[in-house]
Amino acid sequence: MSGPGGAIRARTVPPRGAAAAHLAGARWLWLVLACAALVLLRPALPWLSAFPPDWQLPVAAWLNGLTMPVFSWLRPFGRAAALLLDYPLGGIRAGLQSIAWPSLVLIVAALALRASGWRLAAFAVASLTYVVLCGYWRQAMNTLAIVAISVPLSVAVGFALGAMAHRWRRLVRPLEAVLDLMQTLPAFAYLIPLLILFGFGPSAGLVASLLFSAPPMVRNTMLGLRLVPADILESGVMAGCTPRQTFWLVEVPSAMPRLLLGINQTCMAALSMVIIVAIIGGFDDMGWEVLSAMRRAELGRSLLSGSVIVVIAILLDRITLGLATIGRRRAPRLGRRGLARAVAAALVLAVALRILGPAADLLPDASGRNILEGLDRALLAFVGATDAQFNLLRGAITYGVMLPLRIGIEGAATPAVWGVTLTPAGLALYAGAVGMIALLLWRHSRAGAAAALLAGLLLYTGLPGFPWIGFVLIVAMLAHAGAGPRLALVAAAVVAGILVSGLWLPFMQSVYLCAIAVAGCLAIGGGLGVWAAQSDRVSQVLRPVCDALQTMPQFVFLIPALMLFRVGEFTALIAIMLYAIVPPIRYVEQGLRGVPADKIEAARQMGTTPAQLLWQVRVPLAWPAILLGMNQTIMAALSMLVIAALVGTRDLGQQVYVALGKADPGLGLLAGLAIAAVAMVSDRILRGFADRRRGGATA
Amino acid sequence: MNDPIVTRPVKLSCRQVWKVYGPRPGYYFDTRGYQIEPETLARRLVAEGHIPAVVNANFDIHAGEIFVIMGLSGSGKSTLVRCLSRLVEPSHGQVVLDGADLLAASPAELIEIRRHKMGMVFQGFGLLPHLNVLDNIAFPLKIQGRPAEARESRAREVIRLVGLEGREAAFPHELSGGQQQRVGIARSLAVEPGIWFLDEPFSALDPLIRRQMQDEFLRLQDQLQKTIVFITHDIMEACRIADRIALMCDGRIIQIGTPAEILLAPADAYVADFTEDVAMGRVIRAGDLVGDPAGARPEALPADAPEVAADALLDGLIPAVAAGQRRFRVRGSDRRPGGVLSADRILDVLRHGQQ
Repeated sequence: MSGPGGAIRARTVPPRGAAAAHLAGARWLWLVLACAALVLLRPALPWLSAFPPDWQLPVAAWLNGLTMPVFSWLRPFGRAAALLLDYPLGGIRAGLQSIAWPSLVLIVAALALRASGWRLAAFAVASLTYVVLCGYWRQAMNTLAIVAISVPLSVAVGFALGAMAHRWRRLVRPLEAVLDLMQTLPAFAYLIPLLILFGFGPSAGLVASLLFSAPPMVRNTMLGLRLVPADILESGVMAGCTPRQTFWLVEVPSAMPRLLLGINQTCMAALSMVIIVAIIGGFDDMGWEVLSAMRRAELGRSLLSGSVIVVIAILLDRITLGLATIGRRRAPRLGRRGLARAVAAALVLAVALRILGPAADLLPDASGRNILEGLDRALLAFVGATDAQFNLLRGAITYGVMLPLRIGIEGAATPAVWGVTLTPAGLALYAGAVGMIALLLWRHSRAGAAAALLAGLLLYTGLPGFPWIGFVLIVAMLAHAGAGPRLALVAAAVVAGILVSGLWLPFMQSVYLCAIAVAGCLAIGGGLGVWAAQSDRVSQVLRPVCDALQTMPQFVFLIPALMLFRVGEFTALIAIMLYAIVPPIRYVEQGLRGVPADKIEAARQMGTTPAQLLWQVRVPLAWPAILLGMNQTIMAALSMLVIAALVGTRDLGQQVYVALGKADPGLGLLAGLAIAAVAMVSDRILRGFADRRRGGATA
Repeated sequence: MNDPIVTRPVKLSCRQVWKVYGPRPGYYFDTRGYQIEPETLARRLVAEGHIPAVVNANFDIHAGEIFVIMGLSGSGKSTLVRCLSRLVEPSHGQVVLDGADLLAASPAELIEIRRHKMGMVFQGFGLLPHLNVLDNIAFPLKIQGRPAEARESRAREVIRLVGLEGREAAFPHELSGGQQQRVGIARSLAVEPGIWFLDEPFSALDPLIRRQMQDEFLRLQDQLQKTIVFITHDIMEACRIADRIALMCDGRIIQIGTPAEILLAPADAYVADFTEDVAMGRVIRAGDLVGDPAGARPEALPADAPEVAADALLDGLIPAVAAGQRRFRVRGSDRRPGGVLSADRILDVLRHGQQ
C-alpha cells in the first residue's frame, strides 16, 4: 500500500465488497429486531429477563468438591515449601532491616547513578529520605524483601519456561494459553487456594506474586529468542557452535535487551502483586499499611502510605529500566568498579554504625511524620471544603449515566429517582430520538445504525434487565464479526456458562461498570491522545503523567478516589478509570503520529482542511492502533474490577472478594475465571477487528 | 572448453541435491538412486503440495575457484548454499567436501568441519551485538577453546587483512555497513577455512561501497586463493568476480559456465533476458574469444601484431582497434588460453553482444 491513493481508498471502499457489507448490515438489523421483540415480550415471558434459578447449576460447589481433595493432598507439600521459602525471606528481611538507612540510600543512589545519571540519583536520595521521614522505612523494607525474593525466582522460572518453549515449539500454544489465564485471572481468585496450600503468611503472597510476575518474563524470553536475526544464529552455527554454545553464547546475549526488559516488567508486576496480596496480612508491609488505613477510613495515613508506594514503584522502574538499557547508551556515569566501591563503602558504613550504636537504627522519631501529617490534614481540609462540588459531580454522573444503565430508563424514570414518570409520550419521544440517530447513521454504515438502535434498547431496559438471550446473541454476533464462527461459539459458551452458574447479575454489573469506565476513558483519553498527537508540548506534559500512572500499583488508585468520593460504585468507577486511561492516550497518540508522512503530504497536497486531515486520513489509518488501545483499556478495566470491589461494588469482583472472606475457593475461582474468560474473549474480538482492518487497509 | 580452472582438483561436489519443503518431503526420496526424471518429480511434488526449493543440483567446484550462484530472490540460491553447509538439511543428494560425504557426518563431526574447514559471510552481517570488533572476529576461535593470546593475535592478523586497524574496540552498531561486512569477512577468515561461502555479502551495501568491497574481495582472493561459493542476485557483480556462474531459476540450475560463456551463448531466453543489459566490453576478456571458430589462425598473424594478456578486458582493446589494428597476439594466463584474436571478432561481440 504505497502511493497517495492508499489513504483514501482505505476509507471509502469497504474491504469486503459492497454486497458483503450490505449483507452484514442486514444481519445486524435482524439482531436489532430480535432484541426488540424480546424486550417487548418480557412482561408475558418473565424468564426472558431473569434467568430461571431452576436452570442454574451449583458449579461453585462442584468446583469445591473437585479441588478440595487435590488441595488437601497437596497441602503438606505446600506447607513444606512455605517453610522453605520462609528462611530466605526472613534472612533478606533481617538483612534489609539491619542495614542502617543511610547505607541503603547510598547503595540505591549509586545504582541509580549507574542506571541513568545524576538526576535519578538525586531522585533516589530524595524519595528514600521521604520514606524515612514518613516513618514507613521498616514497612517499605519488608515489601522490598518479598520483591527481592520473588523477582529472582520469577525471572529464573520465566526464563526457563520461555527457553523451553523456544526449543520445543509445540509447547508455545499451551504455554501462551496458560500465560493469558495467569495474567487475566484476578489474583484474589487464586489467593484462596494458595492460602489453603501454603497457610497464612508471606509465603502465600510470595507464590501469588510469583504466579503473576513470571508471565512477563516468559513472554519476553520467548519473544527475545524468537527475534534473534537468522543471520546471527547461522553465523554462530557456521562458526561451529555446539547447541549449548549457540544458546548461551549467541542467542541469549543477542536477546539480552529484551530479557532485561522482561526483568523490569517482572519487578513491577511483583511489586504490584506484593502490595495487593497484603490483603491476607501478617507481614507488616506497605500494602497492609494502605489497606488497614483505608479500612479504618484514615484517609491521611492511606494517602501518605500510598505516596510512599508510588515513589518506590517509580524508583524501582527507572533503575531497572536504566540498567536494562545501559549497553545501548554511552558509557554510564558510574562504572562497574565505582559501583562496587560505593556498595563496599556503604556496607562499611553500615557495620561502623552498628558497632558505634548497636541499638540505634537512626530512624527519626515521629516528628517528621507529624509535619507531613499536618500537611495531610490541610489537604483533608481542602477536600472537606470542596466536598459539595465533588458531591455534585458524583450525583450528576450517578443519576445521569450510571443509574439509567443499571436499572434502565424504565427503572430510572420514577418519582424516586428522576422525579418524573415515563409517560407514553416521553417514551415515544425517546424512541423517535433513537430512530433519528439510527437513520442518520444509516447512510454511513448499517452496522452503526444497528448499534445505535441496540444502544437505545439497552439504555431503556438497563443492562441487568436486558433479555439474556438477546445479550448472548449480541456477544456471539460481535465475536463472529470480529474473529469468525469459532470464537462466536466460544463467546456464547462463556456467557452461557456464566448464566448457568448463577453469576448473571454480578456479571451484568461488571459489564455495566466496565462499559461506563471504558467509554469514559476512550472519550477523555482519546481526546487527550488526539491533542497530544497535534501538539508536542501536550505530549511532553502527558508522557511523564502516563509513565507515573502506569508504574503505580493498582491499589493506589483507590486512595484519591476514596478520599474525594467516599465508598460506593462511583468511587470504584473513578478508580477504574484512573487505572485504565493510559492506554487510549498512548495508543491514540502513537497511532496518529505513526501515520506515514507521505500519506499526510498527499492529503495536504489535495487541499484537506486540518479537520478533514484528522478524520478522513489520520484516524482511519490509525484505526488498528486505536482498536488495540481500546483492547488494552478493557483489559485494564477488567483487571481493576476486583481491586475496585474493595470500595463497594456489586459485580464479579465483589464475588471474588466475598469468596475470599468466606474462604470459598470454588466461588472465588468461578468468579475469577468468569472475569478472565470475559477478558480473553473481548481481547480476541477486538484483535480480530484490528487485524481485519489492517488487512483491509493494505488490500 | 579448455578452461584451466576445471582441470584443478575438485574441492566440493554437489550431486543430485534436492531440498523440498512440505508435509512429507522424505516420502519421495526413500529409495536410493531414484529413476524418475527430475522435471517429472518436481512437477509431481508441486502437484502434491510441496515446494521444491532446490531441484536436482549438480556441479563440481574446483580448488581456488570463485563459483558464483546467481538468481533472483526466491530462485533457491540461498537454500542451495545452505544445503552445501548443511545449515539446511538437503532432502536428497550428496555433498562431497574433500572427498567425504558431508551429509553422512554426525553432528559432532559437522561441528568439527564447520570449525576448521568452512567460513561463511552473511547478507545481514550476522555480527553479535554484544561483542566488539575484536571479540566478534575471535568468536569462532573462542568457541574452539583456543587460548586468549592465540585468538587475539590471529584476530589482529585478519583485522589487518581487511583494513580495520584502529576499530578493534568498536561495537557493531557503531560501524558503517561496509565496515560491518569487513568484520563479517574477517571473522569468517579467522579459522583459515578451506571453503568460503559468501551469501549476498554486498547486497545490503550502497552501490559505491559495493564496488569498492568487490575490488577488495578480489584483492583478498588473489592473496588467499580460497575455494569460494558466492551468492548474488546482481549479474554485474557475478560477471565481475566469477570464474564460473551457475544461474538459478525456480530451484533449477539453468546454466553453468564462465561469464563469457553465459553472455555469449545463453542457454535459453530467460538467461538471455537476464544478461541483456550487461556491457560486454567490461566483462569479456581477450582470452575468452581465442580458439573460437570465428577467430583468426595464428599463422596468418603479421609479425608486428601487438601482444595482449588473455585477462585483458575488451574495453581496453578498443583504442587499438580504433587505431586500425586488425589482429592481436593473446598471451595465455593460468585462467584463459592464449592465441590470436581478430578486431572483427571484438567488434562483433561489442556490437551485437549475444546473437
